[in-house]
Amino acid sequence: MDERSIIAQAIMSKKIHVPTVAELLAQGEKPDILFWVGCAGSFDERAQKVTKAFVKILHHVGLKYAILGTEETCTGDPAKRAGNEFLFQMQAMANIATLNAYEITKIVTTCPHCFNTIKNEYPSLGGSYDVIHHTQLLQNLIDEGRLTFGKDPFNGRKITYHDSCYLGRANGVYDAPRKILEALDAELIEMKRCRKNGLCCGAGGAQMFKDAEQGKKEINIERSEEAISTGAQIISANCPFCTTMIRDGVKHAQKENEVEVLDLAELVAKAKDL
Amino acid sequence: MRYIEQFLFVVVLGVAIYFFTQKIKQIRRNIFLGKAESINDQKSLRWKIMAKVALGQSKMVVRPVAGFFHILIYVGFILINIEVLEIIIDGVVGTHRSLAFLGSIYNIAIGFFEILAVLVLIACVVFLARRFIIKIPRFHSPEMKGWATQDATYILVIEMVLMAALLQMNAVDQLLQEKGADHYIAAGSFPISHYLTGLFTGYNTASLVILERTFWWFHILGILFFLNYVPYSKHLHIFLAFPNTWYSRLKPAGEFTNMPEITNEVNLMLDPSKADPNMPPPEKFGVNDITDLSWKNILDAYSCTECGRCTSSCPANLTGKKLSPRKIMMDTRDRAETLGKAKDENGLDYHDGKSLHDLISQEELLACTTCNACVEACPININPVEIIFGMRQYQTLEKSAMPSEWAMMNNNIENNQAPWQFSPSDRANWTNEV
Repeated sequence: MDERSIIAQAIMSKKIHVPTVAELLAQGEKPDILFWVGCAGSFDERAQKVTKAFVKILHHVGLKYAILGTEETCTGDPAKRAGNEFLFQMQAMANIATLNAYEITKIVTTCPHCFNTIKNEYPSLGGSYDVIHHTQLLQNLIDEGRLTFGKDPFNGRKITYHDSCYLGRANGVYDAPRKILEALDAELIEMKRCRKNGLCCGAGGAQMFKDAEQGKKEINIERSEEAISTGAQIISANCPFCTTMIRDGVKHAQKENEVEVLDLAELVAKAKDL
Repeated sequence: MRYIEQFLFVVVLGVAIYFFTQKIKQIRRNIFLGKAESINDQKSLRWKIMAKVALGQSKMVVRPVAGFFHILIYVGFILINIEVLEIIIDGVVGTHRSLAFLGSIYNIAIGFFEILAVLVLIACVVFLARRFIIKIPRFHSPEMKGWATQDATYILVIEMVLMAALLQMNAVDQLLQEKGADHYIAAGSFPISHYLTGLFTGYNTASLVILERTFWWFHILGILFFLNYVPYSKHLHIFLAFPNTWYSRLKPAGEFTNMPEITNEVNLMLDPSKADPNMPPPEKFGVNDITDLSWKNILDAYSCTECGRCTSSCPANLTGKKLSPRKIMMDTRDRAETLGKAKDENGLDYHDGKSLHDLISQEELLACTTCNACVEACPININPVEIIFGMRQYQTLEKSAMPSEWAMMNNNIENNQAPWQFSPSDRANWTNEV
């Protein structure tokens, strides 16, 4: 075997196969947990990186997971927040039918909007699952000792953390993301508006999909400025929309060479060199 | 003379209480113009929330300066009102300091009330300064122009005048006690008004009695006037903060209620076996007028004291958009008052043909990110998002009035199962790149 084919094989062997629930079912198996990828995680180039990082972590720890693949559809969250309850419920019922048909009981998602919708708004429509956000899963893995890190994997780089509205205020999850940063041995610098008082990135309530109303400033710029002013070199987040909004804000401030905007899954994958 | 005074007092008290209860009944009726909704689960938790948030002021002190001075006024108001009980007994029975038999407890209490009165005075001065000298921005938003600011000023001034009357009454009283004037038994301690006696030393007993009676009447008439002013004012929160926190929303802030009438429609389309064929098709989707809100939303509106903490933490408002959660609450209350009045004049079934949308524009509704910062900021758990969201549903479902980008997004969700125009068959393409 020549050198090139050895390298090619090495790359091939590193390639991860992401199983779908249907595939597992064909083998007579069921996933322990369903990874709900979400529309942003599936299609948005930036969010795809988070999806891939998270999948690598799932593989690394050996969790038996699967995705719905092309059977997954929008949870209906943006339609609902835009006032289109009809479309939301159509989406919800279709998804619930799929999830129930596969007898899914546990779901993890990298999107706090999907998380909130499936966790809180699906039950009364017939879909009750144990839903967790990926930061909660990562925290559990750390607590169980299944994810460990070397000392100071980020070489003392300062990190700030942006609470997404739908994980934070909407569902009261403030500690899981911070515990991940703690385990990463990172120096967390909080913004003045954090936790319960966190400032929205400007994308929630279907704002992501339309222009803002007239005002004197864009919300994401206000938030990004606050994050940059902490002096952190990394702005960590937990939501594909926040990540996009804040990255745009950092670009607007022309700080993209000094400040990185990363999801916590990406930080974990980086620290583990995955 | 004393009997005439007693008679007058009973009449005034009766009239004041009558008008107060009439207005409260009207407000209660206005609140229940909203849709029926049963909120009485998890009672012990609800009592706890009320104790912590309303009684314990836990969310007020999140902003320490305002929180501290508010607690002074709040504690002062509640405790000094114990003295109002004595004033009422004295007024009806014709006694003077009827609770003096409590002895040293009474003396300590009166002294304590005086100290509180001064603290209330100081707090009122600080609050006026915050509004008019420091000019804290949230007190100067567009919705604060006119009546809203006048109302706030009247309340602070009335409170100051009441406290001043109380102290002056005590000052004259102790002079009369020292002179051993008939009827003025020696009772109470006067750590503050003691310093005010110099204002009245030149007067003889008869003049002092007139002065004491004047301050006494001024104080109680002031309180009875205030009692009747409060239901017309933002100050109604002193009563409604308690029920409003008891009826707090307990579900996660991110959970937006699913409309059952739509569930039935969707079931009819997707799985008719689950649908209730006898459920009449819904007349209206979303919130057009206050009658489409839950009664709790209207209670929220009447409980709002317009402090503006919601607006000052709203990302849309902070970045110059027109949306102000406080204005949403003020408009809701104004609309409830207007519709209530129209119904009083024309009968309960009457509707004036106007709606909440006449007061709240689409531009305001569209700017909300549903981030719940306003809900978190409210010291008494008011929820502006529910009203905004309900009105947005009406705009979208009834009027199809939405930005074209949202129409496109909805189309994409419907046709591509994602808010963007990607092919659903490409959803898992990323798996080839891991």
